[in-house]
Amino acid sequence: MPRHLFGRPMVPPATPAATGPASPPDDPGGGSARRVRGRPISSSLAPIRARDFGFEQARHLLWRAGFGGTPQQIQTLASWGPERSVDYLLNYDAIPTEDVKGTLFDRDIMRPMNAEERGEIARARMRGDEAAVDRLRAQRQRAEQNDREQMRKIQRWWLKRMIETPRPLEEKMTLFWHGHFATSYRTIEDSYHMFRQNDLFRRNATGNFGDLLFAIIRDPAMIAYLDNNDSRKGRPNENLARELMELFSLGVGNYTEQDIKEGARALTGYTFNDDEFVFQRNNHDDGPKVILGERGALDGDGFVRAILKQPACSRFMARKLYRFFAADFPTGRPEVDGPADAVIRRLAATMVSSRYAIRPVLRQLLLSEHFYEPALMNEVIKSPTELVVGAVRSLNTPVRDIGVLADALGLMGQNLFFPPSVKGWDGGRAWINTSTLYTRQNILCFLLTGQLPAGRRDALRDVEKYDPSDLLADLRDSGATIEPDAVADYVLRFTLGNNTPRNRETLTSFLHQHGGRITPETVTALLLLVTAMPEYQLC
Amino acid sequence: MSDPIAFTRRQFLSTGLVLTSAAVTVPAFINRSALGLPMPADFMTAIPGVPTDHILVVVQLGGGNDGLNSVVPFGDANYYRARPSIGIRENNVLRLNKTAGIGLHPNMRGIKDLHDEGLCAIVQGVGYPNPNRSHFKSMDIWHTADTSATGDGWLGRYFDAECCGVGDGGKPEPEPMAGIAIGREAPLAMQGRLSRAIGFEDPNLFRWLGKDVHASLDDPYEQINRRGVVEGVSSDTNAGFLMRTALDAQISSEQIRRAVAQRPLSTYPNNELSRQLQMISSMIRAGLKTRVYYANLGGFDTHAGQGGEQGRHAQLMDTLASSLKAFYEDLKKQGNDGRVLTMSFSEFGRRVAQNASGGTDHGTAAPMFLFGPMVKAGVHGKHPSLTDLDQGDLKYNTDFRGVYAAILENWLRADSRKILEGSYRPFDVIKKA
Repeated sequence: MPRHLFGRPMVPPATPAATGPASPPDDPGGGSARRVRGRPISSSLAPIRARDFGFEQARHLLWRAGFGGTPQQIQTLASWGPERSVDYLLNYDAIPTEDVKGTLFDRDIMRPMNAEERGEIARARMRGDEAAVDRLRAQRQRAEQNDREQMRKIQRWWLKRMIETPRPLEEKMTLFWHGHFATSYRTIEDSYHMFRQNDLFRRNATGNFGDLLFAIIRDPAMIAYLDNNDSRKGRPNENLARELMELFSLGVGNYTEQDIKEGARALTGYTFNDDEFVFQRNNHDDGPKVILGERGALDGDGFVRAILKQPACSRFMARKLYRFFAADFPTGRPEVDGPADAVIRRLAATMVSSRYAIRPVLRQLLLSEHFYEPALMNEVIKSPTELVVGAVRSLNTPVRDIGVLADALGLMGQNLFFPPSVKGWDGGRAWINTSTLYTRQNILCFLLTGQLPAGRRDALRDVEKYDPSDLLADLRDSGATIEPDAVADYVLRFTLGNNTPRNRETLTSFLHQHGGRITPETVTALLLLVTAMPEYQLC
Repeated sequence: MSDPIAFTRRQFLSTGLVLTSAAVTVPAFINRSALGLPMPADFMTAIPGVPTDHILVVVQLGGGNDGLNSVVPFGDANYYRARPSIGIRENNVLRLNKTAGIGLHPNMRGIKDLHDEGLCAIVQGVGYPNPNRSHFKSMDIWHTADTSATGDGWLGRYFDAECCGVGDGGKPEPEPMAGIAIGREAPLAMQGRLSRAIGFEDPNLFRWLGKDVHASLDDPYEQINRRGVVEGVSSDTNAGFLMRTALDAQISSEQIRRAVAQRPLSTYPNNELSRQLQMISSMIRAGLKTRVYYANLGGFDTHAGQGGEQGRHAQLMDTLASSLKAFYEDLKKQGNDGRVLTMSFSEFGRRVAQNASGGTDHGTAAPMFLFGPMVKAGVHGKHPSLTDLDQGDLKYNTDFRGVYAAILENWLRADSRKILEGSYRPFDVIKKA
């Protein structure tokens, strides 16, 4: 058994796949939204039976709880069955990974001025020494420039980590929290604080939601983003208090304007100095308050405890997790939305009984019969990050140029560490328009071939040739004849999770046009076509 | 003079339909205008619910344009005191008619000509309360029309409100070509809840690059992406949505690339803004259904060595003025000048006093320029005082949202209160139709 399923380069499974050779699915129109409509889908949270968990289900699990997998990884999970697979992905602490050290990046670039430096600039101003003031200003501008450069490095570092991690769910949940507690570098302009926040999300990725709420009101990046460092007794800033309830825990309609006012008072004095949280007692309003029905001289922790007591909190978080992992609820399709609503309510109950531990909720969802309903499979639009990371991991393409990949995420609307607002990314159909669709197709073309827009093509010596032969290994091992029909079926099943007669016909006739030869070149060309299919944007 | 080669929308509709005759469905936007709703009498009215054929072009001057060296208050001695080395000398200023003490930078000859022909309005002292001097933040404020710099873009909200047709499944879907931005990505201003503008630096990138890998990929790619929603896929699923968008993308890409392949009717100078405006003019000439185009000129963050009559800032003024002049000449030859209102803005102006490095630092209020025969030509608003300052910066006289409101109400015929999420009196700078 491979100790690390997700090692790069790929580790082949030691046990042969129990589900037999890869073969075309019985149902040529199979998968996703192509099933009979109208009849409500199952809302059962009972674990899916092992015999119902095959290649399609393992593939689905790998995409949703991670960033997809190679055919071999899919086969391995299929052979493990649902429980072992979900537990392997979920209990990732057992899988060794590279530590995230605080010293990876420079913490001092945006260090605030010390007393001596402040004195120097004040004296220069006083004596009207324009040159000295200019010099200090230039120094500051250089620091800002260096910090923007470090932010780009951190973006690339995280993207690389997502591509290489042996713990895909850990990074996927880090991405979830980044969208949930959305904070943008654009506003706070301190890359080290963004890095620290990112690691807070990673350390608590599948931990306890309550812990994260207590931590987020102490997080320098969040405090700066929502202006809590300007919040003082007598003139509280309501920004953090409002978003803490509206976007981070309860949702609109589950608190009053009065709760915001009182909550803002509870958060006064919660600020930071350089990189560390500081509670400034003299700026804190320690008077009596009533927040969400709780009375007392509540501080920030008291405010968070009052939030966690609300039934709305678990409902709000269960819904958000459901949307991230299962379906873009509400989908507008009644046969899905009714059962989904029932599932969300039960996930919320699980969250309450686990006292906000995330892992039991995810385990229940990822194992459930509901999660593997065909109407939910291949029906989520991949985020730009899922698209790019997933393509490298599942197709095993070269990374080529991490900077190009990071920039492409921005062009596709998901510039990491720069969410558009505190609401995070809308996701779903908002990812897609005619321009982003071309960018999505073209970044896949870059990964597969190194092709960049005219005039920006990789210097030839840098072009790593992509070899897709390993992807076909299972097909070869199955003893099937390697011919156009079999290859087209196999590739479609692996990349799209389904196979339609039209897609199959397009691919086979392309191969026949090239003499039916199955070579690294023709398979790469096949993948260029598959990744340009509208359905490739789904997982 | 009208342009005999300009496509009419009827031609486009029919080409579009021929191109997609093999598809199971026609693209959403053709579907809407040709089949989904009664055809309007005037074929130039292509977007249901939008009663006019008016186009807005936005020219963004990125980095903070120095308003005081663009529209020069040469009659005010304080100007020369604050700017001993970079001030524009009085005898070099291009004086504006009827306006005592105000004139243009000498390199703005093209804009001076447009002004004299009645095609340029200048709104002085435009800004907003509690000015923010961060590039990011202030740009976001202009883009969202919200001083908290949050929310959707103002043009995106306009698209959401006015440019939605009825998509498959009864849900409103935005017109995919309502907004086109020339640049790496569409600006925040053009992002709505439903609508996202098309953005491309070069139309040759607004296409699939796999075609350059091997010619034999072309046909299968076209098959794959021009199918529309295939049988067995329900159109209200994400799969159906993606198939529609893929078809829209093919049609848009083809129309745009065919449009910009035309030669312009006038000669443009050789600079980046001209390259963009020339593309925009070609797309207008080809009759695309686009309501708003967006162009960008950067490099205005002149902290050091900005120069006066000559130098970096002067170069930018030349680029701006000569490009706009060529643009309106081109549009006039097409017979489209009356359809196109152009607005330029920058995230802020610069400080009144020059700094020790021969440049200027981030400031506040600055002039906006509007172009086209529909504008009330001349200089509007009050020039901000050079002595009554706010921490060394100009105080604004006109809120930029009043100018937006005028464009929305009097040109795009939209409800500005709904789109700007507040009530701003439209600034009186556009002629009544």
